[in-house]
This record gives sequence, C-alpha cells and structure tokens, in this order.
Amino acid sequence: MSDLSIVRAHQFDDIEQQHDASWIGMWVFLGTEVMFFGGMFTGYTLYRNAYPQAFASASNHLDIWLGTINTAVLICSSFTMALAVRSAQLGERKPIINFLLLTILLGAVFLGIKFTEYYFKFEEHLVPGAAFNYEASLARPAEIFFSFYFAMTGMHALHMIIGIGLLTVLIIKARRGRFSAVYHTPVELVGLYWHFVDIVWIFLFPLLYLVGRHL
Amino acid sequence: MSSGHVLSVKLYAVIFGSLIALTLTTTGVAFMDLGRGLNAVIALAIAVLKALLVILYFMHARYSSRLTWVFAGAGFFWLMILIGGTMDDFLTRNWFGTLG
Repeated sequence: MSDLSIVRAHQFDDIEQQHDASWIGMWVFLGTEVMFFGGMFTGYTLYRNAYPQAFASASNHLDIWLGTINTAVLICSSFTMALAVRSAQLGERKPIINFLLLTILLGAVFLGIKFTEYYFKFEEHLVPGAAFNYEASLARPAEIFFSFYFAMTGMHALHMIIGIGLLTVLIIKARRGRFSAVYHTPVELVGLYWHFVDIVWIFLFPLLYLVGRHL
Repeated sequence: MSSGHVLSVKLYAVIFGSLIALTLTTTGVAFMDLGRGLNAVIALAIAVLKALLVILYFMHARYSSRLTWVFAGAGFFWLMILIGGTMDDFLTRNWFGTLG
C-alpha cells in the first residue's frame, strides 16, 4: 500500500477522510453554483410572471428541435462522464482517457449547436440591443426574454467551456498515469461539476424552449 | 463512501435511457395544449425528475454519506427560499388594493 502515503496530504488521518473532505468541498462549491444560477432563474420567474404573453411569443422563436437534440447530446456526455468515473474507480487507464475524450467531443457538439442558434438569433435581429427588432406591442418584454436567454445560456456555455478545460487536464494526468483505483478524486470531482452543468441545462431547456408553446 | 461504490454499466445505461425517454416526452408534451398552466407544471416536474436521476445515480448521491446529502440539499433549500420569498412578495401585491 505504498502509493497511499504518496497521495495523502499530512493533515488527513487516512485516504478515506481525505476523499470525503474533497467530496464535501465540491458539493459546497456546487451549492454556490446553485445560488449563482438561482439568481437568474428567480429573475426569469419574476419577469415571466409579469409578461406571460411576450415570453410565450419570444420563446416560440427558439428552435425546439435544436434544443431537444442539444439536451440529448448533453445527457450522452453525462453518460460518458459517468463511465469515465467508473473506469477510474476500477483503475482502468485507457478507458478513462477514451471516455473523457468522448465527453469532450459531445460537449463540443453541444457548443457548436448552441453557437449556431446564436448565429440565427443575430440574423433574425433577436439579440437585445440597438438592432433588436420585434412586433411593436411585445418588443420591450420580448427583449427582456432574450436578455435572459443569452445571459443564462451564455453562462451555461461558459461553464461548459471551463468543463472542457478541466477534462483536458484530466486526460493529460491520466496519460501520465496519475490515477489509480486507490486515487482518482479529481476525476470524480470534475464528474460532479459536469453533471451539475447538465442539470442546469435540464432546467433551462423547458423554461426557455418549451413552456412558451402553451400557457 | 462513494469511491467504494462501483455501479454497473447496466444501471448507468438504464438511467441514461430514462433521461433520453423523459427528454423526448417533455418535448412531445410541449406540442399538446393541456390548458390551465398544466404544460409548465408537467415540463418542470419532468425536469425535476431528470435532475433527481442525475444527482442520485450519475453524481452518486444515493451512495454518499448523510453529510453529503445535507450539503447537496442546502443549495436547493436556499434556492427555494430565494424564489419562494421573491414570488410571495410579487404575487401578493395589490391583494388588498393598496399600492405595491
């Protein structure tokens, strides 16, 4: 068990305690992330309640099928991430790298579709600002909807980009043989982060793409 | 603790299949007009169910310590206060005809 002492920081009694501390620490961080996105979700709820017709109208300008496909892509990436963590738990080096690469690929597909949607919105003059163009009676509140749309999906996309960066670091570490069945905490914690970002999208998808279709 | 629990590929695949099925269901339901705000209720109920599947299995919360549950639950508990506290103000303004 010599490799235990290599990876255990001196302030911990044993590897189990060190692992539990990291695990709890990650959940604390995710709690702050819930609050971060929660502010935007609260703002959305408030304004949707104030302008239900405009929000429904604006929501119908989003492509429900691109939204559905992207939701499926993100769920696939969570599945491959879960399998990467499983391979790490079993100490299988090659599958960890392959599953992490697949996760990055699916994350990139999600971002590609997302930015294509952004492009369409620019073309259609639906980006808030001087060029925003909408039927006059609903224009102001519809602009609020698209402000929420870009702020929320934009922050979500930023989290995805950070996640892809973290996955890249994991792949480099895995290639150097830094993870084993005994020590693979970073893989688990990045997994938690990736699944959390998936959950944010699970709520963004119905709120932005679906609930406007029928009030 | 979580690192000791290796879940089977089959279980992950079942959760994955359920999440995809729920995604198709929520998109399908969006095309039906259920009226009385029921569309939003069902869309959000499905989202909560999907989030629970991800948290419990993909994030291993079901196999984690009670302490993890407290920390994981705290974020969502405070989110409920944030949204609940804000909405109970805005939704109850003008109930008695006073200026909001």
